[in-house]
Amino acid sequence: MRVRIGLGSCGIAAGAKKVIAELEKKLAEKDLGIKIEQTGCIGMCFNEPLLEVFDDEGKVSLYGKVTPEAVDRIVEEHIIGGSPVTEFLVSDDDMTFLTRQKRVALRNCGNIDPENIDDYMANNGYKAFEKCLKEMTQEEVIEQIKVSGLRGRGGAGFPTWFKWNATLNAKGAPPKYIICNADEGDPGAFMDRSLLEGDPNSVMEGMMIAGYAVGASEGVFYVRAEYPLAIKRLEMAIEQARERGLLGKNILGTNFSFDLRIKAGAGAFVCGEETALIASLEGERGMPRLKPPFPAQKGYWQQPTNINNVETYANVPWILFNGGSAFSAMGTATSKGTKVFALAGKIKRGGLVEVPMGIPLREVIFGIGGGITDDREIKGVQMGGPSGGCIPKELLDTPVDYESIVKTGAIMGSGGMIVMDETTCMVDMAKFFLDFTQKESCGKCYHCRLGTKRMLEILTRISEGEGKDGDIEILDELAVKIKEGSLCGLGQSAPNPAQSTVRYFRKEYEKHIYDHKCPSKKCKALLTFTIDEDKCTGCTLCARKCAVEAIKGEKKKAHTIDQTLCIKCGNCADVCRFGAVMID
Amino acid sequence: MQCCCGEENKLENRFPDTEVDLKPLDVVLEKYKGIKGSLITILQKTQEIYGYLPRRALQHIADVIGVKPAKILGAATFYTQFRFQPIGKYLVMLCQGTACHVNGSEKIEDAICDELKIKDGETTEDRLFTLENVACLGCCSLAPVMMINGEAYGKLTPESARKVIREIFKNETNS
Repeated sequence: MRVRIGLGSCGIAAGAKKVIAELEKKLAEKDLGIKIEQTGCIGMCFNEPLLEVFDDEGKVSLYGKVTPEAVDRIVEEHIIGGSPVTEFLVSDDDMTFLTRQKRVALRNCGNIDPENIDDYMANNGYKAFEKCLKEMTQEEVIEQIKVSGLRGRGGAGFPTWFKWNATLNAKGAPPKYIICNADEGDPGAFMDRSLLEGDPNSVMEGMMIAGYAVGASEGVFYVRAEYPLAIKRLEMAIEQARERGLLGKNILGTNFSFDLRIKAGAGAFVCGEETALIASLEGERGMPRLKPPFPAQKGYWQQPTNINNVETYANVPWILFNGGSAFSAMGTATSKGTKVFALAGKIKRGGLVEVPMGIPLREVIFGIGGGITDDREIKGVQMGGPSGGCIPKELLDTPVDYESIVKTGAIMGSGGMIVMDETTCMVDMAKFFLDFTQKESCGKCYHCRLGTKRMLEILTRISEGEGKDGDIEILDELAVKIKEGSLCGLGQSAPNPAQSTVRYFRKEYEKHIYDHKCPSKKCKALLTFTIDEDKCTGCTLCARKCAVEAIKGEKKKAHTIDQTLCIKCGNCADVCRFGAVMID
Repeated sequence: MQCCCGEENKLENRFPDTEVDLKPLDVVLEKYKGIKGSLITILQKTQEIYGYLPRRALQHIADVIGVKPAKILGAATFYTQFRFQPIGKYLVMLCQGTACHVNGSEKIEDAICDELKIKDGETTEDRLFTLENVACLGCCSLAPVMMINGEAYGKLTPESARKVIREIFKNETNS
């Protein structure tokens, strides 16, 4: 009998540590001699904390939303008694969340102990690296990547082999560098974090293979400082790899020498752009510069540098182990392999999902994600975060591949997928993203610095009922100018959320501007709160909760709201138990 | 002519000139001063020591590593991780990521601001709590989320958020 618990950030946030404490206590009390194993993110965030019990016959039982109280019963009835506690098991329906996926980059996440390199090696870890070093030339490695059709998973989808080849053929004296972009800046995305926490070695192996292929001597992880657990596990994995001679001088008895180190980012969305990231690594303000020269020619300290994203590297060992054509057998004509998404927002089963390219969005949201919270109507899905756009429900049959997603006005992005329902206001969403990008604009390009601010001002005005005829046209015009006048991807994509919502939800904008109404009842300034006399019982609760004493009325008689005093905080609607507060 | 920015934006107020012990910082500088490109690492270590970047520490870094103070301040103010004011005993990081926004983080912020009588970036008078809006904590499936001194609280409602704060306050005043 074995027990294993998921210890990704999500699991810990959901209370996994309390579960472990209780489990340790119980197992010690009963003197069962069972050691608790740990693993990274299983992906089923909506059911965290997760606990697996492996029976001696090899049967696996997965328990979800485990509480310390549930632990007591699982120990008594299952571990000692031998029969699973069915009421705490993850339901068959929820299990389809996992069975409908195809896991390549996440192949080990939730299956191995991320803090133990032996576990990774027992699952074919570092075999691809060894094969490359001992049996393949640099060109042959790059050829396999080319055959696989792997494209950058950070968002832009640039062919990976092309970057590697350019770095390999770059002229000049050594050294060359490999950089892993783990500065996951999209608010609402956690693929990179989960991968680094759940399987750091696969990302490292990908970097080591890249290092061999391009002839680099050093690799650097640029990781968000907000991911302390990912950094800790990476440090452990690097240390263990050094102990086993997988990093350092003359690796595995060959002429190849390579080492890895970690640099913590300091919080700047623009540092996801590769030239800005390099500036930040060099201790400067993270401001992008003009390309060319590309990092492959002049990157980190002006030396040839290959930069890829976490997920891209995680795919590499799988490709070299199984062959490039096994990877290209999955997906569509132009987008090969699989893609990891962080599914969140108004979704029943939020978490980490990996699917073959080309499957429709509908399958991801309804098939795997189980549909919308409280069975409300879906309105759309935001892909690509602040650089992406909103795809309306009419286009949910769009296949997930780089080109089809771009056609909708969104982008594949790094994999953030936020589902929105009828209570989400599209003007508010555009405002939210523009607020983000205007804060994160580095300020180098005039159009991005000031243009995003002007767009935000207009959106704010519209959401406050001060919208004017012509505002939508100005938004569109600004969007075009910002895209044209910006140096890097941040500015070139910052208007996307506003542009795509205008494109698909123009009526909603017009309602705000001309009728001064917010159909989703989100923009406070446009709402009017009134009390339905027939429903109000006069319980006085709303009057007591009103911060500005705008609600008047006698006990047991219908109350009224003084509109001149009302600040539209919505407290009354939240507390009313009779649904008597009407919002219009 | 008076500056249009107002009193609170004055340099002295943004970067208070308080006395700090520079000894622990010297240990950091000793280790990193010869390594090129390590300015951000030095600033991160400095913030680990003091909880923020004190003006005198920044001046000291400039003196020791031989970089102009303007450049150091330029880098420090560029990144959201760095703070220039001391923080309270409990740092409340409220997630404002997309998933949290869609799931009502605004109402959580209103509740916390009302409970603590402070705004984003401010510290309570008793120096117990500092409120900081952050871009994303990465636990999107538990939205809305906040993190207090490293501990995450998920699936918040305005009421449950208030309760967490009150609980901490109660424990502090009792001890």
